[in-house]
Amino acid sequence: MKSLKLLGLSTVVAITALTGCKPKGTETAVSGDAAQKVYVAPGKYDEFYNFVSGGFNGQVNVYGLPSGRLLKVLPVFSVNPENGYGYSEETKPMLETSHGFIPWDDQHHLSLSQTNAEVDGRWLFANANNTPRVARIDLKTFKTVEILELPNSAGNHSSPFLTENTEYVVAGTRFAVPMDDENGDVPIDSFKENFKGVLSFIGIDQQTGGMDLSFQIEAPGINFDLSHAGKKKSGDWFFFSCYNSEKANTLLEVNASQNDKDFIMAVNWKKAAELVKAGKGRKVVTEYAHNTWDESTHSATSTMKKEVVVLSVEDMKEAMFMIPCPKSPHGCDVDPTGEYIIGSGKLAALIPVFSFDKMIKAIADKNFAGEYDGVQVIKYEAALHGEVQKPGLGPLHTEFDGQGNAYTSMFVSSEVVKWNIKDLKVLDRQPTFYSVGHLMIPGGDSGKPFGKYLVAYNKITKDRYLPTGPELAQSAQLYDISGDKMKLLLDFPTFGEPHYAQALPGEMISKNQVKFFKIADNKHPYATKGEAESKVVREGNKVHVYMTSIRSHFAPDNIEGIRVGDEVYFHVTNLEQDWDVPHGFAIKGNQNAELLIMPGETCTLKWVPKKPGMYPMYCTDFCSALHQEMQGYVRVSPAGSNTPLIYSLNNKKDNAQSPVKEGETK
Amino acid sequence: MKTQSLNNLTRVLLIVCGIALIISIFVPLWSIYLEAPQYPEGLAMYLWASKITGEYEIINGLNHYIGMKTIHPEDFWEFTVLPYALGFFAALCLLAAFLNKKMWLYITAVLFMIFGVAFMVDFWLWEYDYGHNLDPNAAIVVPGMSYQPPLIGFKQLLNFGAYSYPNIGGGIMFGVALILAILAFIEFRKPKSA
Ligand SMILES: [Cu+2]
Repeated sequence: MKSLKLLGLSTVVAITALTGCKPKGTETAVSGDAAQKVYVAPGKYDEFYNFVSGGFNGQVNVYGLPSGRLLKVLPVFSVNPENGYGYSEETKPMLETSHGFIPWDDQHHLSLSQTNAEVDGRWLFANANNTPRVARIDLKTFKTVEILELPNSAGNHSSPFLTENTEYVVAGTRFAVPMDDENGDVPIDSFKENFKGVLSFIGIDQQTGGMDLSFQIEAPGINFDLSHAGKKKSGDWFFFSCYNSEKANTLLEVNASQNDKDFIMAVNWKKAAELVKAGKGRKVVTEYAHNTWDESTHSATSTMKKEVVVLSVEDMKEAMFMIPCPKSPHGCDVDPTGEYIIGSGKLAALIPVFSFDKMIKAIADKNFAGEYDGVQVIKYEAALHGEVQKPGLGPLHTEFDGQGNAYTSMFVSSEVVKWNIKDLKVLDRQPTFYSVGHLMIPGGDSGKPFGKYLVAYNKITKDRYLPTGPELAQSAQLYDISGDKMKLLLDFPTFGEPHYAQALPGEMISKNQVKFFKIADNKHPYATKGEAESKVVREGNKVHVYMTSIRSHFAPDNIEGIRVGDEVYFHVTNLEQDWDVPHGFAIKGNQNAELLIMPGETCTLKWVPKKPGMYPMYCTDFCSALHQEMQGYVRVSPAGSNTPLIYSLNNKKDNAQSPVKEGETK
Repeated sequence: MKTQSLNNLTRVLLIVCGIALIISIFVPLWSIYLEAPQYPEGLAMYLWASKITGEYEIINGLNHYIGMKTIHPEDFWEFTVLPYALGFFAALCLLAAFLNKKMWLYITAVLFMIFGVAFMVDFWLWEYDYGHNLDPNAAIVVPGMSYQPPLIGFKQLLNFGAYSYPNIGGGIMFGVALILAILAFIEFRKPKSA
């Protein structure tokens, strides 16, 4: 009896001791003034815009820093019923590919345009990982204005990374695949003969930002993971991290982790561009979509391109080299001076830091260790500046503060480690909650980091927020890095799985915002520039409704004479010329989406009524005190009936006595 | 004869008034600002001698809730007359300085006062019409409410605070009126035999 009691007591003690030992998270990590440092008073703006990848939601999410407030979700690669992106007739072409219309993707990395290696606030580039694409977002309107598909590629992971003056955005394929002009129907175990790893160089028009696939490089069939351009003295070069140098094609977690060293591939893009100009490279016949948004017509166009110039390893003899890098490198990051290239081997117990000067010298001295599929491999020691010893487990990605310090995320040990680039000494480490992937310092991959905050983007968040079933929010954590030691200030939930992010001072973008589109400049073919121009036009079984919206009514607001089987196109022009006054448009039973029309813009919603009846339509955006009155009806008659096509336009007498207008038939 | 002529300073000031009135033709005369919680940045409307500028289209959009008439520059006959009226008074000032006669100064001063008062009365009537002549079918009807903006100063109109102030041109008109009045007074009081 006594012994039993003792046993019970000792169990209680043991449990108490065990739970007492559980490491405390936030309480120890957050200091007293954290709340003050992230507090942005009501009515005040955040200091930074933070553009965070949406991961598998295919969008880009915009947060304010330091508050962590969500400002906007930008539709880029996925349809968005909230505003009709990918559903409206005008935006459908944005999501066209050589595989047809694709309503989703997996968005991983972001890159802000730069001038002289500094962020400039013009454009934001985003990658689609699954069906390889690169998008450009105009930061005056926060709209996706261009999407370019990439041929000869799969798993567009090493993308989009920009040169220091936004001359090129690059995209390296993660999956090696057979070239598009070769037979792809080959045995998978013929990987080593038939599969290629292609790097794409997309030229950017400096005035318009327009993208053009200038050339590709047919590199060995290796997996490209991440990338960064050199800057300043290394500005002509691009660096790509590569894994699976084993060229395994099954059970990669084992078979691609055999080699002690994989590679960082260095490509002189200036020389490559010169080679293309000199006529090198072969023309590969393929198909890829180029989708562009025209702000004057408020419409997108999709064009299918048929050809791309591809440089071979042979062509690139003098302009492409491998540097051995331990072991399955993820991040491939260049410090603000352009001298140091940091490879982060996910499976390595150290961080190798390469020197650009040493690399150039090694190439000049032909200090090579051999060849890999025809690419010269520079001797590891010849390019190495040094190794950061015992930095933590699972280094993934490094950003810089501009004070000579580097910050590396450690996935396995869930921490951020600060170290000095010159002497490679570890200076500080702070836990993350939990499993940090990329991290971001505003301007931290440019020549001029702002060096005030660091954000860690974490994969796992259990116990951080109120639980939401089996699926929990992803999370970002904000650190103050202005002092010697990093200080955790805040964590906030994020959409999708956040990967890479970019940030810049708010003022750089906010001052250039477009507030509304001038109605006089609206060149949409179905624009209705005043209520008097509103009309309903039948062309066979197609009915075009030229509709306007203004607080607080549609014109026309009642339409009769629509028949089952008609294709009805509502071309809605928002007549407002005022900031922050969009109008919505929705109709009952539509299998499409709604519209959200910006002031001065025209958007088109297609509707195919399936059965006769009365269909209300209304404004979905609470636009004014009379928003609820912003509504109307469409009467649908059976197919073949001869209900006259009529509509009411600003009918101030109720019950539609007059003036009811006769629809036009063409 | 000498007793009928003007001081040199008076003549200089008359020239200044003439030039200032010419300037007033090419700058805004009056500003009306509206402020509401939904419009933290404010809405501005500028009246010139010959046109209206600013965000009057947006104001028109808002006015329809309360049944106010919309503002269209072509509805104002004043715009075809005002530039010539200001030009006429500029010429009159310069002429008075050139002719160097007290009588011409008095004529200029008196005519301009009449013009100034007429201008303000016309402006007030215009505001009265817009503020009171409301559509009885308007969405928002507040019994007894009118929306006449102030001639000068501030007035709260429902959720909008309305400010009305002379702009550069209006300032010039006030200034010229004041200078002419003072000059006429001084010249009148000047001893007959100097
Ligand atoms: Cu509305």
